[in-house]
Amino acid sequence: MALQSLDIAARSATTTPSPSARQGFEVAKLIDISKCIGCKACQVACMEWNDLRDEVGINHGVYDNPMDLTDQSWTVMRFSEVEPNGHLEWLIRKDGCMHCADPGCLKACPAPGAIVKYGNGIVDFNQEHCIGCGYCITGCPFNIPRIAQKDGKAYKCTLCSDRVAVGLEPACVKTCPTGAITYGAKDDMVQHAAIRVRDLNERGFAQAGLYDPPGVGGTHVMYVLQHADQPGLYANLPQDPQIDPLVSVWKGITKPLAIAAFAAVSLAGLFHYITKGPNEVSKETEKEVE
Amino acid sequence: MQRDPRDLIRYTPSERLNHWIVGISFILLGLSGLALFHPAFWPFTLLFGGGTWTRIIHPYLGVLMALAYVVMLIRFTRLNLMTATDWQWIRRVREMVDGDDHNMPEQGKYNGGQKILFWLLFWCMLLLILSGIPLWRTWFSFPVEWVRLAAVVHSGSAAVMIGLIMVHVYAAIWTKGTIRAMWYGTVTRAWAKQHHRAWYKEATKEG
Repeated sequence: MALQSLDIAARSATTTPSPSARQGFEVAKLIDISKCIGCKACQVACMEWNDLRDEVGINHGVYDNPMDLTDQSWTVMRFSEVEPNGHLEWLIRKDGCMHCADPGCLKACPAPGAIVKYGNGIVDFNQEHCIGCGYCITGCPFNIPRIAQKDGKAYKCTLCSDRVAVGLEPACVKTCPTGAITYGAKDDMVQHAAIRVRDLNERGFAQAGLYDPPGVGGTHVMYVLQHADQPGLYANLPQDPQIDPLVSVWKGITKPLAIAAFAAVSLAGLFHYITKGPNEVSKETEKEVE
Repeated sequence: MQRDPRDLIRYTPSERLNHWIVGISFILLGLSGLALFHPAFWPFTLLFGGGTWTRIIHPYLGVLMALAYVVMLIRFTRLNLMTATDWQWIRRVREMVDGDDHNMPEQGKYNGGQKILFWLLFWCMLLLILSGIPLWRTWFSFPVEWVRLAAVVHSGSAAVMIGLIMVHVYAAIWTKGTIRAMWYGTVTRAWAKQHHRAWYKEATKEG
């Protein structure tokens, strides 16, 4: 939902500046995977705050529940059993919207104002402007948005923009019992992550690091990873996510090229007509056939 | 209906109907597609009852156009096969564009330019139909890489097709006495003799 107290840094299918008079700062949620115990309290808090109730599914024999993001489940824990250095590790990643600085969903969206990026970095869907085309899914490098069967609109994590707008932390952050999820100014979260990374380095995780992928301009949901060199270990977290080149072509050069071509053909037709005149049947031919 | 009993029949009522079903669905598809292609064209969604209706209707119009187009393709393909004379005509298209078409090679029902257009439109239609399927999320679910490629192909071929149809419409406006062939089916003998002499000879031989 659009929040009057938040600036808008970018707005889908809009070519003029959006409201941006206020002085704000970028926020971020930091998820420290090394501290996560997989309790799913964040999933519950998300349901509670946002009034969401997913269908009760079936047990697939794994801890993941539900198995994937849906229009009712904006965050899910993804459990991976891996052996990166010869010993078993159980990696649990809280999946959901990464709130990219350069959001592929917003770039792809054709409906003006259906997707906005607030000045604080939160990427939000305005469902009342959503037309249900699914271009956001096509544009997203993290496979996050989901279209609801019920209303044909796209949904995803809002980073609790409604809570953030009034100075509260996101619901998942508030509920996390181990402090694995923290929230604050992005600069502060980066600093906090550096301390956590140093700690992990000392505990034998030499490749620990912050996941704030530059390919999408950085994100406003970041991870502390024990194995930052292999994000793929964490339920296929992309190594170097970026807006797909095909999406950039589709939403970039194609548009001005097509418009220039339409204008050129129209003008060529007009100028041809007024310089060469119409192609009429000649008087001689008319006489010949009589 | 004939203006003059000596007029030549160029299109039967069923051919005209076929052409206009394709034509009208093309216009509606073009308007609704452009609305989703560039924010400058977003106001076109008002013609369809808003953005969501535009998104819902567009692919069904596509199915209608595809079906009508296939019938038209079956009807007109044989008449649009390129011949040596057509290539000669193409090589001398400059004279035609200059409006001096008296010495152009004799043309059958369609000239080389019309035939080239026919085949370019064929490729556009094929690409549009194929790429439209992965984009139709209501009924289909394809891997996202396919959808991304389809989005580029669909918008690219649509843009080319709109340009080609602009040329098609302009040619009909420019060449006087042409549009009536698609309205009520007939052209004058003089028109036929000047623009499609081989077809004229054939059509008047029987009559």
